[in-house]
Amino acid sequence: MVTIAAIIYEPGSTTKNKTGSWRTFRPIMDNKKCIKCENCYIFCPEGTIYEDENGDFKINYDYCKGCLICVNECPVNALTSIREEK
Amino acid sequence: MMNKKQFPREEYFAPGHRGCAGCGASIVARMALKAIGRDTIVVNSTGCLEVFTTPYPETAWKVPWIHTAFECAGAVAGGIERAIKALKKRGKYKGRKLVVMPISGDGGTADIGFQSLSGALERGHDMVYIMYDNEAYMNTGVQRSSSTPLFASATTAPAGKISKGENNPKKDMAMIAAAHGIPYVATACISYPEDFMRKVKKASDIEGPAFIQVLQPCTVGWGYSTENTIKIGRLAVETGLFPLYEIENGDFKITYKPAKRKPLKEYIKMQKRYRHLTDEDIEILQKNIDEKCKLLGLE
Amino acid sequence: MEKTDIVTGTIAAAMAAKLSNVEVIAAYPITPQTHCVETLAKYVANGELDAEFVKVESEHSAMATCIGASATGVRTFTATASQGLALMHEMLYIASGMRLPIVMLNTNRALSAPINIWCDQQDSITERDTGWIQIYAEDNQETLDSVIQAFKIAEDEDVLLPVMVNIDGFILTHTVEPVVIPDEEKVREYLGVYEPKHAYLDPDKPITQGPVGVPECYMETRKDLNDAIEGSKEVIKRVNEEYYKLFNRKYGNGLVEGYNLENADTVLVSMGSVCGTIKYVINKLKEKGKNIGLLRIRTYRPFPKEDVVEMLKDANNVAVLDKNISLGFNMGALGIDVSSVLKNKKVCNYIVGLGGRDITPQNIEEIINHVEGAKDGETKWINLRE
Ligand code: SF4
Ligand code: SF4
Repeated sequence: MVTIAAIIYEPGSTTKNKTGSWRTFRPIMDNKKCIKCENCYIFCPEGTIYEDENGDFKINYDYCKGCLICVNECPVNALTSIREEK
Repeated sequence: MMNKKQFPREEYFAPGHRGCAGCGASIVARMALKAIGRDTIVVNSTGCLEVFTTPYPETAWKVPWIHTAFECAGAVAGGIERAIKALKKRGKYKGRKLVVMPISGDGGTADIGFQSLSGALERGHDMVYIMYDNEAYMNTGVQRSSSTPLFASATTAPAGKISKGENNPKKDMAMIAAAHGIPYVATACISYPEDFMRKVKKASDIEGPAFIQVLQPCTVGWGYSTENTIKIGRLAVETGLFPLYEIENGDFKITYKPAKRKPLKEYIKMQKRYRHLTDEDIEILQKNIDEKCKLLGLE
Repeated sequence: MEKTDIVTGTIAAAMAAKLSNVEVIAAYPITPQTHCVETLAKYVANGELDAEFVKVESEHSAMATCIGASATGVRTFTATASQGLALMHEMLYIASGMRLPIVMLNTNRALSAPINIWCDQQDSITERDTGWIQIYAEDNQETLDSVIQAFKIAEDEDVLLPVMVNIDGFILTHTVEPVVIPDEEKVREYLGVYEPKHAYLDPDKPITQGPVGVPECYMETRKDLNDAIEGSKEVIKRVNEEYYKLFNRKYGNGLVEGYNLENADTVLVSMGSVCGTIKYVINKLKEKGKNIGLLRIRTYRPFPKEDVVEMLKDANNVAVLDKNISLGFNMGALGIDVSSVLKNKKVCNYIVGLGGRDITPQNIEEIINHVEGAKDGETKWINLRE
């Protein structure tokens, strides 16, 4: 059943769409090197880098498309990339 | 830059959207919403951002969002702003400021939506209009808009045997907006998030119309590999090609001054849309920038 | 308190919008509706109407502003005509597709080129398939009543569609008639406050309006829209009755109005102010012992198919008068519609009054005489100059 005027009543429902499958490269985070500059966090177009309960940045691979902006923007090379294994 | 939690952690723009890997428009939306917060109503023009965030039955937006057509974000936003006033008369939203945020691409702003925008600015609607500028019609496949820069190749202004691509200079939307005498106008770039988000926040606090033109590199349209979205944006600013400024109540202020401007060639060479250019062509563009920077006090 | 005023159709419409307590008005001037938005501006300027009046820069923006306001959950109104309506075209589909109960006065005027500010109905007929309910009023009283009714119909939970109230340019817009102005409190009580359950931009309950209608859902939304406008027939009839009980005026069954149909072998079918002229001729001929009927289509969309079939069942000569022309079909839109629902019956089509051409009682008699001797399917242009 389509809603009236195709209105979408569930905010943020694109999370059902796991865009992690798009990835050809996988960014890897080394929290020991990370200086928490927040670059990767703010520049990620997917908003898929989050801060865990310990205050460490983590990547949610469900949505990471592997653009590698985070890797490119990390000032201390705490982020590296590997080819995605399918 | 290293202070803890400089950026708000709330997310109003959900992942799972269909934006290309490395999409600059997504970054615009995500940052702008972080800057304003939950009491934002987004008015999206037709374009990439609208299409890739809302394929029924899914939406990436966690704030109220509306799309109607391509050319009318200004007018729709005006209607919403007045409706909020009317609702406040009924006692709704007491003591709250709801921010109406039209967001349109360069085509939706500088071309087809120009009249609607101008009308909305002139009428003084309280809104934060965001022009996400990727310098062409990306949604339909990189056709030129009036915001496409000189000598960039676009599918309706292709470089060819007798053409160097776009033959007109980029329309200066921020200055045109400023000519309306509105309280706040700014340019911004996603590569400078503190600057961009500060401007969005400021714009949302100001009563009346605010216009922010934010430069947003596009991997597909500009032709570069996905990891370089931020890097290229930074080069646009560091070369002086896209100066960051704000005009608050008529007072012009450069908000970021590159220590030493980088040569334009560095920026040009990273993008396929410019690959047909010779050194002489780049020299012409460099001269243009130098002149503009001189006017703005960016030596 | 109810009172009687001598007013034009445009002012009657503005009064109705005021009585209906509209909250956002988006206005752009165009002849022959301008008095309507000027009057509303005056009400707001004098504090007689507490509405937000948005002085837009085009009709496209007028409709876009109404869409934004209505989608935020307030009652909205605008007025236009002719080129202005044509400029809105794209937004008309969006207003109905988003299920926004916007009410608009359209003052029927010819379309360019050549530019012509006078009356015909080509403008609104051209917007026939946009999903807007279209009501055609016959006089200024009906204009006022129809605008009030339009809000009741548009905002009905089972309808949620925009409504266009059409009145003939100059003939109604610039002619004064006595109009009964109902009591403001009574109208406001009847309409209540518009509080949508389906569409409203509210940060406390964020929804996405106007998303991408992928092929998996688009067709269903069109079917819903069609069901809603078809279903609105019952609501229009109900509102017509409710209104009669409260305000003592009704217009046929809300969809159509029959006039002198009993034992009428020849029946004219039309919309708008020309029906007044037709009634005059009918009365005159009746004195001479000739019985002619009129079926006035009040609601053109949704089209009252069932009523047309039922009310014309005894007629043998059906003459449809159209103030519009489907170029390349040599018929007007109403003629085409009526012909398509009447099987095995003589239906002739008369193209009248384009761009302000007079339609005189003699012309009506000419049509009656013609249809009685004509073959089924003939089209005739009336009062064409040599
Ligand atoms: S690779 Fe791209 S999408 Fe993945 S986490 Fe890094 S910035 Fe985000
Ligand atoms: S960019 Fe590098 S240093 Fe900065 S927060 Fe991310 S991982 Fe840490």
